[in-house]
Amino acid sequence: MLRTLRLFCVILLTSAAGGVLAQTEEPMTDAFDGETLILATTTSTYDSGLLDYILPDFEEMTGATVDVIAVGTGAALELGANGDADVILVHARSREEAFIEAGSGTARFDVMYNDFMIIGSADDPAGIAGMGNAAEAFVTIAAAEAPFISRGDDSGTHSKELSIWAAADLEPDGDWYQEAGQGMGAVITIANEQQAYTLADRATYLAREAEGLDLTVLVEGDETLFNPYGVILVNPDEHPNVNAELAQAFVGWLISDDTQELIETFVVNDTQLFYANADAGEEATEDEMLATEEAGS
Amino acid sequence: MTVYERPFSVLVENTFPANMTYALRDVVQQYGNRTVLRVATLDIRQGENLAVVGPSGAGKSTLLRLLVLLENPARGDIRLQIGDKVFNQRTATISQRRQIAMVFQHPALLSRSVWKNVAYSLEIRGEADVRSRVQIMLEKVSLGHLTQKPAHTLSGGEKQRVAIARALITQPQVLILDEPTANLDPQNIRIIEQLIHEQCEQTTVIMVTHNIFQAKRLADRVALLLDGKIIEIATNKTFFNTPRDPRTQAFISGDIIY
Amino acid sequence: MQAKKPQKTKCWQPKKPEANLLGTFLEAAQEAIRLLLAMDPVLVEVLVRSLQVSASALLISSLVGIPLGTWLALAGFPGKRIATAIIYTGMGLPPVVVGLVVYLFLSRSGAFGSLGWLFTVRAMVVAQVIIATPLITGITMSSILAVDPDLRPQLRALGATELQTTRAVLLEARAGVLVGLVAGFGRVIAEVGAVILVGGNIDGKTRVLTTAIVLETRRGNFDVALALGIILLAVAFSINFLLVALQGKTTI
Repeated sequence: MLRTLRLFCVILLTSAAGGVLAQTEEPMTDAFDGETLILATTTSTYDSGLLDYILPDFEEMTGATVDVIAVGTGAALELGANGDADVILVHARSREEAFIEAGSGTARFDVMYNDFMIIGSADDPAGIAGMGNAAEAFVTIAAAEAPFISRGDDSGTHSKELSIWAAADLEPDGDWYQEAGQGMGAVITIANEQQAYTLADRATYLAREAEGLDLTVLVEGDETLFNPYGVILVNPDEHPNVNAELAQAFVGWLISDDTQELIETFVVNDTQLFYANADAGEEATEDEMLATEEAGS
Repeated sequence: MTVYERPFSVLVENTFPANMTYALRDVVQQYGNRTVLRVATLDIRQGENLAVVGPSGAGKSTLLRLLVLLENPARGDIRLQIGDKVFNQRTATISQRRQIAMVFQHPALLSRSVWKNVAYSLEIRGEADVRSRVQIMLEKVSLGHLTQKPAHTLSGGEKQRVAIARALITQPQVLILDEPTANLDPQNIRIIEQLIHEQCEQTTVIMVTHNIFQAKRLADRVALLLDGKIIEIATNKTFFNTPRDPRTQAFISGDIIY
Repeated sequence: MQAKKPQKTKCWQPKKPEANLLGTFLEAAQEAIRLLLAMDPVLVEVLVRSLQVSASALLISSLVGIPLGTWLALAGFPGKRIATAIIYTGMGLPPVVVGLVVYLFLSRSGAFGSLGWLFTVRAMVVAQVIIATPLITGITMSSILAVDPDLRPQLRALGATELQTTRAVLLEARAGVLVGLVAGFGRVIAEVGAVILVGGNIDGKTRVLTTAIVLETRRGNFDVALALGIILLAVAFSINFLLVALQGKTTI
């Protein structure tokens, strides 16, 4: 009961405080003063600077500290399954659902999305520039046997790439297709050195472009290239150490209108990187949260 | 009641031979299945200088390691008497062990200064007056001018003198020397023999040497070891002038190759 | 638009001319000096944490490794060869594997999860101890084996106790033992695979020089990453120089 009350408190404050919160220096509540939330997330949310941009708001409001563990989607889900994280923010829809089905997580909420792009040299040897369909572009690259660098690391981006190959009904194979087994930054570097194609998320590409790149965006805007991020509550029944109350407060804050607006205002090099898409309206959210709460206890 | 047939029984009843430092009875030493030493009886008198001679592989070094209590014999009994206390390898206290010192053929020195090597013997005993005693000792072995030199930079003879100095500085009751002047030049031999000679009156000295002239110069008694057995043990005069065993005669006349 | 044949090669082909590469290094060096001179608070914090974690790990590894290596070198016991082979293998343990095993033990669902050490500096120290201990043990062992085997019986024959003899032999091997400490410290301060896994690279809590380099590289801030790398090298050099100077002083 106390948990529910505290949760209410936070959600109400989050939703009600609104713009006032952003202007005041004082913490609105210290219901979680001194507590720590462990957030396991993909490198994209952290490395892009998004979390550094939005998290101080949560920390100020609750008095809690958020420890961010930025790893690949697979590792983040594994941390959650082992109870080493309280909450997970990743982008691999099918694996997120499997995570919930396995009982490792109690609930998943949409948070935001960014988008992937096919990038490559301006010369564009396969001639895919301007195509509106990612699968069609992949077919063209494969037909030209133009060099393509794959993440090959079981990450969310890799999953997305594989799903596009599947949509194109192709199994990429041959010298032109190279699996790097590395992170997005490293793969962009390899693609740059080899003037090869690759699938990249906008955030990482923009960050790297600012450092100097000989790669350009060739295909973007296709809906299959959208990359939705979900936040998942780790199941406290499996791991009693999980700080479930704080995790729920975090989720409530993350999908609140104010935080969603905050996400929209995060820009790098004059470009918005993430588009908020949590289920609109805090009332719905509250209901959902309470449903989760009851199911959990 | 066990009846002892051998002289060993004398020891068991703790009536140690008078004026003796060592009493060995039926001592056998084996390495694996190989018997390297078999000594029925050996008494070493207090304050005497006993030279052990014999060809290589006769068991001389094994005998010394037993006497310095670094090894246990496979069988038999080795007893010491220092002061009025009798002890053996098993019952020796650390302070009794510290009455015995040994100088090896190839000295292994600490990679520190000459001074520290000699001071080491006093430091491990926690003794006082280290500074002055080390200085006196180093003068005695003619190394007073090399005190701060790293030990590993010394010549072979100088190293051996450091080894003798670190053994003598504690004024041990028993001094055991294994070929102390092998491969040294005459000058160093002379210095070292003089040091050994000076010890004779207070200290029981047991030295192994392959140099029968050295034995003749320094020893009160001489023992010949062949194939792990003591062939003859006699006073210096008897050993060299009227040996009883023909093998001793052969050895001192150089007919046994070693 | 000029058509270009796709290259069928997996070789890396650096596109930037050499002068540019040199420029990158110079810029990074400048950045490193700037960060150091400005006493950048974030840098200082990460640097101090790096030193604290690695120094703690080195201390614990030495307390375990030096006696263990000494014992392995001097004692005779059945299975000594196997123990020696295990230690030498441990000297080459892949840090990531160490990190993974430490993670599995310290995980909340692991055997020692109740300690709550995961994603703390303690977990990083544990991982670094496991990486450094075999190194210090092995190098201690081999340096003691290199000491003249005649020294022990000769010191015993001078009246030294077993403990005094062992101490003397260890002092004889001090130069080698010091090499072990330098190697151990070098390995853990430069190590990243294990500490990023068990520490989590949490800002203000478990971020050290190496994990900061990984993050800055991932973010594409190559100049900052390289500057941090130069600082890491400078730190390692300073520590090693200090130890070597110490070694010079204890020769006699």
